[in-house]
Amino acid sequence: MYRSQRLALKYFVAAMALFGVMVVAGLLSATYFVRDGFLLNVLDFSIAKILHIDTLIIWLLMGFIGAVYWFLPTELERETEGIKLAEVMFYVFCAAVLIVAALFVFVQVGPGTESTLWLINQGRKYVEAPRWAAIGITLVVLVFVYNVVGTALKAKKVTGIMAVLIVDLVPLFGLYLVAFPAVTNMSEDLYWWWWLVHLWVEATWEILIGCIMALALMQLLGTSRRIVETWLYVEVALVLGTGILGLGHHYFWIGTPSYWLAIGGFFSALEPLPLLGMVVHAVYDAGTHHMKTTNKPAFWWMMAEAFGNFLGGGMWGFMMTLPQINLFTHGTQWTVSHGHFAFWGAYACGVIAVVYIALQKSRALDEVNGRPWKWSFALLNVGLIGMVGALLVAGMAQAFYERAIGGSTLQAFIEGQSNAWFVQGINARLAFGFVFAAGYAVLIYDLLSLGRRSAAEDVAGKRLAGGRA
Amino acid sequence: MLADDPAFWRAGAISSTLVMLVVLIFLTADSLGKIRAGGANVPAYTVINKEIRYQFDADTNTYRPVIGGEQKLFGRTYNDEEASALIRKGKLVIQSRACIDCHTFFGNGAYYAPDLTKAWLDPAWEQMWMPMTQSGTREEAIVKFLMHPEQFPTWSRRMPNLKLTREEAEAVAAYLKWMASVETNGFPSHFGHIQTSR
Repeated sequence: MYRSQRLALKYFVAAMALFGVMVVAGLLSATYFVRDGFLLNVLDFSIAKILHIDTLIIWLLMGFIGAVYWFLPTELERETEGIKLAEVMFYVFCAAVLIVAALFVFVQVGPGTESTLWLINQGRKYVEAPRWAAIGITLVVLVFVYNVVGTALKAKKVTGIMAVLIVDLVPLFGLYLVAFPAVTNMSEDLYWWWWLVHLWVEATWEILIGCIMALALMQLLGTSRRIVETWLYVEVALVLGTGILGLGHHYFWIGTPSYWLAIGGFFSALEPLPLLGMVVHAVYDAGTHHMKTTNKPAFWWMMAEAFGNFLGGGMWGFMMTLPQINLFTHGTQWTVSHGHFAFWGAYACGVIAVVYIALQKSRALDEVNGRPWKWSFALLNVGLIGMVGALLVAGMAQAFYERAIGGSTLQAFIEGQSNAWFVQGINARLAFGFVFAAGYAVLIYDLLSLGRRSAAEDVAGKRLAGGRA
Repeated sequence: MLADDPAFWRAGAISSTLVMLVVLIFLTADSLGKIRAGGANVPAYTVINKEIRYQFDADTNTYRPVIGGEQKLFGRTYNDEEASALIRKGKLVIQSRACIDCHTFFGNGAYYAPDLTKAWLDPAWEQMWMPMTQSGTREEAIVKFLMHPEQFPTWSRRMPNLKLTREEAEAVAAYLKWMASVETNGFPSHFGHIQTSR
């Protein structure tokens, strides 16, 4: 095994640990809606929410970085260039994340001065981490870029997938710089902030996970390079062809000119296309291999990724993206429903798949299967879809009663939040959150014990699977 | 077959990305001109010296902000420099207290507390908080509420006390007033107006 792959395993451990923090912070955040006055003035909703969404971003990013460190040496047939520096940066990354988490829990906020933004909290959604920590993340990403480009140069070899990955790293790094300024004018602030959030999440991350999935497919199913590269180019053409101007769906209501209503509506209506393409690709590949694989969990998580990305990102996004309906759905739990489904489908499932692929290799397992992964797969997906459905009910009630009827004032907000459908939805969300958390616990058990469990358990799992087939 | 050839799709990927990027750059240049403070869609910060309303506009079939006559804020008029400094302070307070992680601004943020896009125009200030805080003006009610939210609850879900100083609370009130004047293409629809047949 390459050193780069050992580093990848470390990244996966950190990612899975932060995944757990995200789950706990999510359960906390959901509780505030159910119990008024919960932890008021001790750990307010805002802090739990920051922990929930920031750990989401960080664990996925760590998963991506880990996945690239995993596949890079096999793709280019040599050790990753500058691996020592990369190993140091891993600890820098972890230390920064820990200190920031402690800051958020114990210090939380500060006076309205620049020094608060440098030291404690930047108060911008997703990029709340103070500037010193943002500099740390910038350095980590810079070293990561150096590792990838440096290895390709040393190997004197650039495959199609590597070329796409290298080009994609430029905006991945460049856009993160939007995390720094504190622009006075909220319209200008949000204009650039959406470059970071949309062009990361709906463009560069999609390409990055596309590269990772292409590498994973070749390893998992032995799909030919020509096929995965063709699909990757199709995906890039469609994702960036629709997604760059799809950015316009965030420019409907922030003070930007009204032409964004038409541009954003049109292009974001096309955004599901590449995601549909990925579903076709995945089903086609699975079919040609008669769904035969030695790594069942990785295979099913990749399937979940393809379908989840299309449904959660594509369909759930399309449902609320046209300006005529977005006027009422914008900024409601409807958005939250889409957000949960999209991040899960587009990214989380893919990272979990790669972790299973890496573990099969690192623990030298002929076959990965058994009972626990099925339980975790079912619990996580049922929990997630349950939350998505519950939030959709709550969000629809909010869109109708707060936005459409009430006109979004404080009184309208209270009426929306008190509506019976909203309350039932938000309660059900917490219940399904616990189902999801149970799935997470089983996932971690499975990842830790794969290949180390008593043979009896895996035999039982095998028999179960065999009986069904 | 052409569609089987990766090179065909590579060319498609490169060209579609470049075309869209160029279009985005042009649109960005135009948009930035319109959303700078003092641009077509975003009034200069001295708008805090004016009365702001939100009215239905039959031509665009949306609600739009209307800038009225003089209306002092905290009993005074701010010049360019003072208004800019005050709004700057307001933004720093809003970021340092992570307001956006409970509230939304232009509908962006978290969904635990009301949207603040047009909060300056919320009838609740006059109907509830001015009497509750025994304030003569809306801005005074905002300041008192922001400094001691625990003393003026309106619902079972409470706002935490974020320890704003008087100076900070005034800056936030000014920020909310300025933000209410931004042209947001009709979002939020009919804010502060009961929906009736027009």
